Formats: sequence, C-alpha cells, structure tokens
Amino acid sequence: MSGHDHGEDGVSRRKVLECMTWAGTGVLWTITGGVPRSLGIIDSAEAATAAAPGMTFLQISDSHVGFDKPANPNALGTLEEAVNKINAMPVKPSFMIHTGDITHLSKAAEFDNADRIISQSKLDVHYVPGEHDFLDEEVKFYRERYGRGTKGQGWYSFDAGGVHFIGLVNVVDLKAGGLGNLGAEQLAWLEDDLRGKSKSTPVVLFAHIPLWTVYPEWGWGTEDGGRALEYVKGFGSVTVLNGHIHQVMQKVEGNVTFHTARSTAFPQPAPGTASSPGPMKVEDAKLRSMLGVASIDFKQNEQRLAIIDTPLQG
Amino acid sequence: MKTLNRRDFAVDLGLSLAAAVLLPVTTARADDTSMEVHIDNFVFQPPELKIKVGTTVTWTNRDDIPHTVVSAGKFRSKTLDTDDKFSFTFTDAGDYKYFCSLHPHMTGMIKVE
Ligand SMILES: [Cu+2]
Repeated sequence: MSGHDHGEDGVSRRKVLECMTWAGTGVLWTITGGVPRSLGIIDSAEAATAAAPGMTFLQISDSHVGFDKPANPNALGTLEEAVNKINAMPVKPSFMIHTGDITHLSKAAEFDNADRIISQSKLDVHYVPGEHDFLDEEVKFYRERYGRGTKGQGWYSFDAGGVHFIGLVNVVDLKAGGLGNLGAEQLAWLEDDLRGKSKSTPVVLFAHIPLWTVYPEWGWGTEDGGRALEYVKGFGSVTVLNGHIHQVMQKVEGNVTFHTARSTAFPQPAPGTASSPGPMKVEDAKLRSMLGVASIDFKQNEQRLAIIDTPLQG
Repeated sequence: MKTLNRRDFAVDLGLSLAAAVLLPVTTARADDTSMEVHIDNFVFQPPELKIKVGTTVTWTNRDDIPHTVVSAGKFRSKTLDTDDKFSFTFTDAGDYKYFCSLHPHMTGMIKVE
C-alpha cells in the first residue's frame, strides 16, 4: 500500500477513491492498544502485516441475496467472490460482522443461499437485520436463523478481544416520514447493558441503518440514534459500524468513529446525486470497484476521507 | 451512469407527458372507479390523490427495490417487488395518509370524498 499513501499531501480524493479498488471482501479491523482500527483493503500487504498482533475482525454488509436487477444480476455471485477473498486472506480474522440486508426479499431460499455461501468463510458471523431481512409475513426467517440468544427484535452484546460489541436493530416499527428507529425498549436495554462497564472498555456498536444522520432526505439516519450515542459518550473509544447506504463513509467525532461499509451486491449513489437512493447502474467493468466494502485507512486526525454530514443536508 | 439516468428520466418524462395528455380522455370514458399510483424513484406518484367513495386505487412499484404501502389501521400491502401491484377500495370518506414501511420517508395521501 506504500504506493498509495493516503496521508500524502496532494493526493486528490478522486485518486484515493480510485485506489480503493474492489476488494470483494469487507473491512478488516484490528484491535491495537484496545482501540479498533480499520486496516482497509483486506488483501493488502499492509493488512497482512498489521494484522499479525492482536485481534482482527471483518465487516461485510448488504449482500441482498436474491437481487437480480441490471445493477447486478448476480448478487449471490458477488457475495461468493467476497467470501473467496476472505478465504484467501493471509491472516484469518477472529470473526465477522454482517450489518444486514443479507437477503433482498426475506425468502427462505435467499436465506439458505446466503448461509451456504457465507458459511464457506468458516468464520463466526454476528448479524444484525436490515429492513430487507424482515419482509416475510411472519418475520420469522431471520429470527429463527440468527435470533437465538438475542433480545427483543434481535439485539445483543458480546465481548471479544477486550472489546464490548453491541448489535442493534433499527429497522422495525418505522414511523411514517421518519428514519431508522431503535425504540424505547432497546434503548433501555442498551443503557442497562453498558451500566457498570469500565469507561476504558472499547465499544463497538453495529446496526444496519446509520446511527448518525447521513442524509435524512433519503431516510439515511436513525431517529433516536442520538440517544444510543449519549449512552456511549463517556467511553474512551467508540466505533459505530453500519451498512444500508452501500458506500464508504467515515466520520470522526471526538472519541466516536462512524464507518459505513460497502455492499457486496450493488452500489448506491452519493447523497443527493441522483433522483433516488435506488441501485446505481454502472458499467460491468466498473461494478466490482464499487462493491465489497473495500475500505480506507483510518487515521485519527486524518479528515481527508471523512464525510461530515452537515454539508450533505444543504 | 449519468447518461443512463438522464435517458431513464427522459423516457419517464415522455411517458408522464403522454399520460397527462391522455388522462382527460381516459377519465371521461371511465367511470372514475379506479385510479393508479406509481412508485418511481422512491416517490409515490401522484403523492396526493383526490377520489370519490368506492374508488379502487392500485399502486404499482416500478423501482428495482421493494416497497410497501401502509396506512396505519386502514390497509397494508405485502412487500411489492418490481412491477408488483396492490389495490385497495375506499368505501369511507376521509383522509388516508400512507407510507412505505421500508422507506418511511416515502409518504402519500388519498383524500376520499
Ligand atoms: Cu420503500
């Protein structure tokens, strides 16, 4: 990655984006000194060496298995490409997080197919649901498969590598005109879950819809996400991961790092650059450069790739 | 991709212009008992519809992404995939606010007189 030093002056944003080529995989995170740090494209040499000490984990998102429209007629195929990349990684991550929209229409066969491909990674996968995973009439397929041991609509927490991970559900009980929603019951659980935790414990929150307001005009945000962020405010290191918007976005606010992963299925337009957030059709040759949640190098004081939400609303 | 979008848009525009021209003829001939709402680009079109009691409204999803049509306590469609339709017959007067439960920023209104 030395040839693509993102920190170098004079490297245009465009150039930086160009070098974030198809990784077909996910964001690889490593815990160094108790702080999660994204390592970017997972099959890069840098990731291989940096990943050696400590714990690493992966994030993939928005597989939309079952999607077959022109933006990507074979979403299952690109998911499989992603898993193949994961399997080829020089260092095996400890586990994987999937931030939702595993399927496109919550059909049993779609869940089966997704599971068949993702399980080839031989990694533990911690899921949260996207709105596309709750479309079956009885809303049972996701819960029967992934909801075991979870609370409410599927939220839960676990500890790994000295980090406290919290999976949240913000895709149910959405109100007309509103954004994503956590709800009082989940917020109460979250407050309780964090009670008594040492403030030096690194916290990773993950949910499908961004907990931060990315672009309310397209519903890209969570109505009561701010409440959740209040509860983690005092912690020294907080990382918030999400999917839903099918593009890399990052923002650093105090001790909180927000990071949005790419989809493994189809790209979506940058906020306000199209008439809707629907699937973006790109040339076949370009599709893979826009999938797979290939990531950026995260540097605490490097704002170059951070997209701050304020101007997006203008 | 920009070119593609513009072309899509132009086609849509052409269609809606054609529809606008045809509409008076169609409504004059029909008995006003059915109306259409299209979902295009995450928008209910038209966003507000005035109809008479007894009218059946049919929503068609023309997006590549599934949507729903939900009016709290009144009606709720199944998930509409591309080109799927949902119909509801309004037998009572009143204002029916509705939205897409997947994309709640999508809202619409049926005014029944
Ligand atoms: Cu919708």
